Parts: sequence; C-alpha cells; structure tokens
Amino acid sequence: MKASAFAYHDPKTVQELNSLLGSLDNVRILAGGQSLMPMLNMRYAFPDHVIDINHIADLSGVAMTPAGLRIGAMTRQRIVREHPLVLEHAPVLAEALHWVGHVQTRSRGTIGGSLCHLDPAAEQPCIAALYDAVLHVAGPRGARDVAMRDWVLSYMTPNLEPDEALLGLTLPVWSGLQGQNVGHGFHEFARRHGDYAIVAAAALVSLDAGSVVRRASIALAGVDVRPVRLEAAEQALVGHVLDQGLIAKVSAMAAIIEMMEDAHITPAYRGRLAQTMTKRALTDALNRATGGRNV
Amino acid sequence: MSELDHAQTTRHIRVTVNGVQYERDVLTRTHLGDFLRQDLGLTGTHLGCEHGVCGACTIILDGQPIRSCLMLAVQADGAVIRTIEGLAQADGTLHPVQEAFWDKHGLQCGFCTPGMVTTLAAVLEADPTMDEVAIREAISGNICRCTGYETIVDAALQAASRMRGDH
Repeated sequence: MKASAFAYHDPKTVQELNSLLGSLDNVRILAGGQSLMPMLNMRYAFPDHVIDINHIADLSGVAMTPAGLRIGAMTRQRIVREHPLVLEHAPVLAEALHWVGHVQTRSRGTIGGSLCHLDPAAEQPCIAALYDAVLHVAGPRGARDVAMRDWVLSYMTPNLEPDEALLGLTLPVWSGLQGQNVGHGFHEFARRHGDYAIVAAAALVSLDAGSVVRRASIALAGVDVRPVRLEAAEQALVGHVLDQGLIAKVSAMAAIIEMMEDAHITPAYRGRLAQTMTKRALTDALNRATGGRNV
Repeated sequence: MSELDHAQTTRHIRVTVNGVQYERDVLTRTHLGDFLRQDLGLTGTHLGCEHGVCGACTIILDGQPIRSCLMLAVQADGAVIRTIEGLAQADGTLHPVQEAFWDKHGLQCGFCTPGMVTTLAAVLEADPTMDEVAIREAISGNICRCTGYETIVDAALQAASRMRGDH
C-alpha cells in the first residue's frame, strides 16, 4: 500500500502555514500522522498537497494561562501524558491518554490531531468536552476561538474551514477552587487495550467540606458521533452529598440517552456500558475528592 | 493534480541509522518503513499491515519507539534511528532483549519479532523496573499471530532483570 503522489510542504511558522492554506486546494494537514498516514497508505485520502506542521515549534507545548491550561495542537500524546502541569491541573487528561493507542503511537500522535480526526469514541475529544475546552483556530482570514460544544459539526467533521488549522486548545481547569476538593475519574471499555473505546466515561466533581457537590461534569465517548455531556446527571448531583446511592442514581441516567448503533454493538449494550463506566468514573472522582487532592 | 512539481515530490534527506549516516533523495510519499527496506536495504524492519495496527515495523526514532509505516521518510530528515539490525553490538554480542528471546523461545515464525524486540528494547532501556503488567501494556500494540505472547513476556521479564543488573 503506497500513498498517491502529493506535493509536500513543511512550513516553519504559523504565518507560512496560513499562506499555504490560503493558496492551495485539496490539502491535508499532517500532524502526528497516526490517523492520516493509514488513510494515505490505503488511499482513503489522496490530497494534492500535504502540509506537514511538525516543524512549527510554536504549536508544541503546555502552559498555564489565566484562562486555563493551554496545550499546543502538536504536543505529542506522550509529552502531554507525562507533563507536570497536566498531572497537577488536569490529571484526568493524563489518565485518559493511558487508553490512547500504544506506546509507539503516543510517541508521534498529537492532541490536536485527535481533535481534528474526531473518532466518535476517542478519548481526547471526550476530555475536551468534559472541561468545556476552547479550541484556537487560525487561517489566512484570521484567528478565532471555538467552544468544544460547537466543534463537532457531524461524524468526524470538525468546525474548520478548508483554509483553517487548529493551533491549540485551552482547558479551563478546576484546580485551585478555594474550600473545595476536586476529584476525577476516567474509565472505558474496549475489546483490546489501545483500541478506541466502545464507551468511555470521564467525570469531574468539586465537593465542599461536607461532601456536597458544588460542580460536576460528566462526558461520554462512543455513544454518539460527538462526545456527550450528561447535563441532566450533572444537575442531579449539584447540591447533594455525593455517595454511592447518588452515584447509582445518576449513573442510571447515562443508560437512557439515545445511543448510536453499529454492526457490532447494540444501543442497549452501549447503554449498559455507559451506565457502568459512568458509575466507575464517579466513584473514582468521589474517592479522589475526599482523599484531599484538589485537582 | 495534473502536474506534479518534482521539487515538491522529491526531497534530499540525511538520516543516521544504526550509527551510519545516509543521504538519499526520496519521494515525499514514501513512508519510513519502505525507505529503510528499499532505499537502505535494511530489511530487518518488517512491514505487516502498513496502517499502524500490527507493530511489526516498530523502530526507535530519537529514542522513542514509533511505527515506521506511519511516518514519511522525508519527516526523518536529521533523525537518529535504531532498527533491529542495530541492537546487537559490532562484535555480535546480542542486546539483552535479543538474548532473552533466544533463551526463552520468544519467537516462532519471527515476523513480529523485530517490532517486539525494538519496542521492548526502547521501553526497558528507559525503565528496566517494568513489571509484567507494564510489559504487557508496552507490547499491546504488537501483534503476534503465532500466539507466542507467553514466551515473549517471559523473555521481556528476563531482559528487564538483566538490564537492572539483578544477575
């Protein structure tokens, strides 16, 4: 299997990238290549131009900003998973990355690549939904920010114009909330380790000193074409003491949302998995919040 | 595209593979695995699926294990690469992972072996304290169709022990 011929471009700056995006047609952007390279090799994709953004140094890195944890689109999954700022402020992202592919693919794969590829069962978009991430996009006509809830237009289709690129994202992290204890959980079920999840669940809870939920976020991957936030379940948590009884009650709410169907997995089975993964994620979040870690 | 510009479809690259410097002109669409095998003649790297599923083509690029089918050769310009051919020492002394595969019968047909060995060499050189769970996770991206996983894991555990200096 060989890729069809294409013109190769390797811009060194975002300005050069924008200039190429503004002048070329039928372009694919090559980030970590862990999804695009198979598509090229199998000729599912046959672009006239491939723009390799691996040489744009500004697109890699992790930093704390007033708006939250900013992660460059080209930051490798291996780097994100081990980064001290991620472990301190968004450990649920590091935990989710444990489930992403394998050691060989995390060496090259990037967080921005996953957010543009948008497999419905992918872990990184699920975490972006969990945090209400803001995605930073640019092109020759200017830069704009897109809220994660507006990012997935349809199946594997990001809110990007043909001449735009994702430069990075900001996670408005929950660390440092005074007088509150934040806990997280992430669980998924896949048939083999490293496969995309059948269903994954991520949870964040912030508890006050009496274990009353002040804020909650629950996101599922694999149930729909986009990551799904369980807003009704989040609202059912807020204002109540988080215990196993409440977790069982709200986890059941994960089973009754509309589930997608494919040749292998029925909606009913997906619903059962969603309930179980949500229960496990919330249980971890409870244990961590009451264990005193404030992240 | 009707007209392909030669300057955009061919690049001159320099790579260091197993300590040897190479300079070649490559078609930009050539993936790194094909480049190693066809342009450099290093056929120890095996190509199984060529879409990132089987792990047979794993090499060590700038210290990290990667799938050579999921990277363009042009992207390796300037890189330092180790392949299965570069693991043993010049005098023939095997890498501890290779020796353990020999001792524990860690291969049957041998097709997956270059990827298994390079993956394990990279992760165990970084952390020889890995336990069986960590080792199984590390090779979860390498498929063996002889179902030889048990002896592969045995070999990895022996190699880890030796690389820690336990004996």
